[in-house]
Amino acid sequence: MKFSEQWLREWVNPALSTEELVHQITMAGLEVDGVEPAAASLSQVVVGEILETETHPNADKLKVCRVSSGAETHQVVCGAPNARAGLKVPFALVGAKLDDFKIKKAKLRGVESFGMLCSERELGLSDQHEGLMELSETAPVGTDINTYLSLDDSIIEVDLTPNRSDCLGIIGLARETGLMNNLDVCMPSIVENEAVIEDTVSVQLAAGKACPRFVGRVIKSVDLTATSPLWLTEKLRRSGIRSIDPVVDVTNLVMLELNQPMHAYDLAALKGDITVRLAEPKESMTLLNGQTVNLLDGTLLITDSSGPIGMAGIMGGAGTAVKSETRDIFLEAAFFAPVAMAGRARAYGMHTDAGHRFERGVDFMGQVRAMERATALLISISGGDPGPLVDTVSEADLPVLPKVTLRAARIKRVLGMAIADADVENILKRLDFEFEIESSERDKVWRVSSPSHRFDINIEADLIEEISRIIGYDNLPVTRPTAELTMLESTEHAVSVKSLKARLVDRGYSEAITYSFVDGVKQSLLTPRAVPVALKNPLSSEMDVMRTTLCGGLLGALVHNQNRQQQDVRLFETGLVFEQKGSGPADLEAIEQKNRLALVLSGRRVPEGWANTQGVADFFDLKGDLEFLLGAEGLTFEPCDLPGLQLGQCAKISMRGEMLGFIGLVNRAVSQAYDLRNPVLIAEIDLTMATSSAVPKVLEVSKFPEVRRDLAMLVDRNVPVSEIQKVILAHAGSALLHLKLFDVYTGKGVETIQKSIGVGLTFQHPSRTLTDDEITTAIEEVVAGLETKLKAQLRN
Amino acid sequence: MSELETLKAQALAAVSAASQLSEIETLRVRYLGKKGEITALLKGLGQVSQEERPRMGALINAVKGEVDDAIGARRQILELEAEDQAAAANAIDVTLPGRGSGRGALHPVTLVLERIEAFFKSVGFETVYGPEIEDDYHNFEALNLPEHHPARAMHDTFYISDSVLLRTHTSPVQVRTMESREPPFRMICPGKTYRVDPPDPSHLPMFHQVEGLMVDENCSFADLKGIITEFLRVFFERDDLKVRFRPSYFPFTEPSAEVDVQCVHCLGKGHCRVCSSTGWLEVMGSGMVHPRVLEMSGIDSERFLGFAFGMGPERLAMLRYGVTDMRHFVDNDLRFLEQFR
Repeated sequence: MKFSEQWLREWVNPALSTEELVHQITMAGLEVDGVEPAAASLSQVVVGEILETETHPNADKLKVCRVSSGAETHQVVCGAPNARAGLKVPFALVGAKLDDFKIKKAKLRGVESFGMLCSERELGLSDQHEGLMELSETAPVGTDINTYLSLDDSIIEVDLTPNRSDCLGIIGLARETGLMNNLDVCMPSIVENEAVIEDTVSVQLAAGKACPRFVGRVIKSVDLTATSPLWLTEKLRRSGIRSIDPVVDVTNLVMLELNQPMHAYDLAALKGDITVRLAEPKESMTLLNGQTVNLLDGTLLITDSSGPIGMAGIMGGAGTAVKSETRDIFLEAAFFAPVAMAGRARAYGMHTDAGHRFERGVDFMGQVRAMERATALLISISGGDPGPLVDTVSEADLPVLPKVTLRAARIKRVLGMAIADADVENILKRLDFEFEIESSERDKVWRVSSPSHRFDINIEADLIEEISRIIGYDNLPVTRPTAELTMLESTEHAVSVKSLKARLVDRGYSEAITYSFVDGVKQSLLTPRAVPVALKNPLSSEMDVMRTTLCGGLLGALVHNQNRQQQDVRLFETGLVFEQKGSGPADLEAIEQKNRLALVLSGRRVPEGWANTQGVADFFDLKGDLEFLLGAEGLTFEPCDLPGLQLGQCAKISMRGEMLGFIGLVNRAVSQAYDLRNPVLIAEIDLTMATSSAVPKVLEVSKFPEVRRDLAMLVDRNVPVSEIQKVILAHAGSALLHLKLFDVYTGKGVETIQKSIGVGLTFQHPSRTLTDDEITTAIEEVVAGLETKLKAQLRN
Repeated sequence: MSELETLKAQALAAVSAASQLSEIETLRVRYLGKKGEITALLKGLGQVSQEERPRMGALINAVKGEVDDAIGARRQILELEAEDQAAAANAIDVTLPGRGSGRGALHPVTLVLERIEAFFKSVGFETVYGPEIEDDYHNFEALNLPEHHPARAMHDTFYISDSVLLRTHTSPVQVRTMESREPPFRMICPGKTYRVDPPDPSHLPMFHQVEGLMVDENCSFADLKGIITEFLRVFFERDDLKVRFRPSYFPFTEPSAEVDVQCVHCLGKGHCRVCSSTGWLEVMGSGMVHPRVLEMSGIDSERFLGFAFGMGPERLAMLRYGVTDMRHFVDNDLRFLEQFR
């Protein structure tokens, strides 16, 4: 809500500067979003009158005008299309300042110009720049424009929370300001307009809960070609509303002033009685803005015998719209209940000022007042003969505000401070709340009823908030909570995610955070078998499904870096991935949400450096990082065919027999889809499993010597090292302490179908020195095993 | 006899003064060589009387031994020095960088989350996590936000279906905890949240939140003010940081307050782009848990009171580290991230 400070001060004028006022409003819970001057800082800008115009001798689009500033006549060159003799306009004299822009004598295409005729934008009034700002014919020539337009004003914008719809009008803002400053609010005088004519339109309330009150009045013989007065259009402008015609202007003004939206119908277009009812199936109507809509069930309508003529409280219909030639009108000021309005406009993709107010709620007693105010204003501008005001009410359906119990003891408990009974009562009075004392025991109890504009007060907590708000949150005490000590659980069976992250950081990886929604098409290259959870209203097609893997996001982050000359990338991310399980509609139980950790690696193995080894990171770098992260012991890598990964360079990872994740080189299709330039390795693992850990159980360290024997052998190239390790472990006996793989060789000297493997076996006995014979026997067993099971040939 | 002592003193002094290996050799020859001075004394023993000879011999031999040891020790020192000097000629450039790999960095949002968690853990708040895809009931209904509530407009929601959505705050985790446990409890719920906001310098469609909740028989608005004020002072490491509470509205708290801190950039001195010269920065929402929210989760709102608060780690990271555009948090540009090493 935007409003003019001057307007508020007409109602209540505390002795506060603009800054103090703004602070006070904010601290009352009506957050001020911005304060801006009502116009640019202007000096030597006056009301000017164009006396005559002639075409510029050297430019078709320019005119040479003779302009009066009251005392003198000036020659001004002007390009505005609406510059014409007799027009009164803002005139910046030579030497004038419009903010920092200084007006100087100038020569335009060879013709001298003394001053500038101004548009609204040039005065900082609006963005309007299509032509000169047209002032009223009665504007006194020569008057300073600041004085004439009352520009010494600020426009204050408040960001209102949904519960404070009572402040969507000056009336509410003035009440708050009065309350905070203990001042009376001075409302403009609103009197009954005596009926001059008998005409009425009868109204039936067929949906009483949704519309329990409808105030209507016929006004005949209005002249809508009349212009609204400056004070009115300026108030509207400062609230961000453009002047249209007297009826629209007046209803808008009343809405801003009294927070009661209104609507005007062309009386001549109305057919029969008005009925306020809910939409029937398959109804449609054409709205004021020309849009034809199929009406949804439950939409509240204003109808006449021809059908819908307005979408209640949101927008009127095109058929009964008031035009400039309209002479007779029917004015509406109704109460549409929030429950009937909630979500309606949005369901049609609309948002109107009226809808916004009704949805949040307006004062259900404010309609008659608004009608009288609007009638008087309209007649003063456009003339016309008012008919009687007709207040159609369904009393039983009007809101009933509850009487709320307020306990002094509860106030003390909630706020942590006792408030004196007298202070409580004083605050209630200032808020216009009525109360009776229910109990005068040591802890007093009141029964409080709120006025009709504070329909947001329903429970005791609401009253306590009001009291604390008026006292000022700053004036409430600050204490530290006291509670029984609770002992938080702590486990050694899990490594914290924090320490896993620290390990990765130590290993050169930086942490990424990527969106949980990704491009579904691209992602399907990585996880074609997973059914992703799709968003109904994605921001874009690149963010249309929830991620089924973290890798897509990380590849995106990698590309971002590659495109900015960062070729050596190590990133990791932790977070949830989402998958739809089973078929049918997406209910929560059918969506699996799992915590994962993913890594991406591309570029140099180690950073460029004079002493660092060269080489591009490969599978074993990433595998090494995973082993560093989780310990090599529990991990098993198994070759397999995984989507998105290069066949022959990827593996399933399991941990203590359970599936943990995967690792591999990104394949060509994915590289192309994600625009990757260099080889990229990715791995993704289950984070919950990765954090599981065992409490160490210590084995006694043997005091006896270790004996190492190395073996070199040739095996078929396709035999995985894990098989060799398995055979060795099965045959070496219990004294084998470590098994080290120290060499893998293919190439010169080894047949192409073979590879050479070098292993080192270290033996040690826990309680004695091993004999040579024992070790020789163990090695012979191992060699025999390798020969029979893997056809290994021992090398010398 | 004094001749021998003199000779010894002379020899030892000469040895310890020697600074070259060649000098040592010369000294060895001079004293211990075939024609050396000490050797000469030994040779001259023949002229000493029979009864004096063994004693004299022993004395001279002792001196010889001492001088020999001194020469040996001195030679060893000089040899090591010579080796060191030879090695010094092959000096390395100690200004060359070390060998090895670099360290990565944690995301700034993680750094902030860790600070928040550490603070609240120290006063007994447990960290609880929950699902990011939620149902309407836990995200809205149970928080006193029934369908069509105008406050829902503040939560532009990503929907999966009519009743399944991406959580717009981490409050549903609190609801789930309240449903499944008996009060009293103290907890914080960090995590990702989602709202339909296209990315711009101050919005992201995905961001983080940490919400906190304390439910106990005795906890008041004054306690809420206390714990939040203390947290913000600890977080920004400023004991005199001004904090203000301003009335606001959240459907799940009553009374509700926005929390502003004194602008950590200009300290309230004005002319500041961070606080738009207002001197204050909005950093949190908070309030006393709405009795209806407690009741809906089966908690007796007469017996128990609660306070709740929520903050945005991205916002705090921006203020703490001087980040000016929220989109940096999801760009994952290494040149940005590595500044948090």
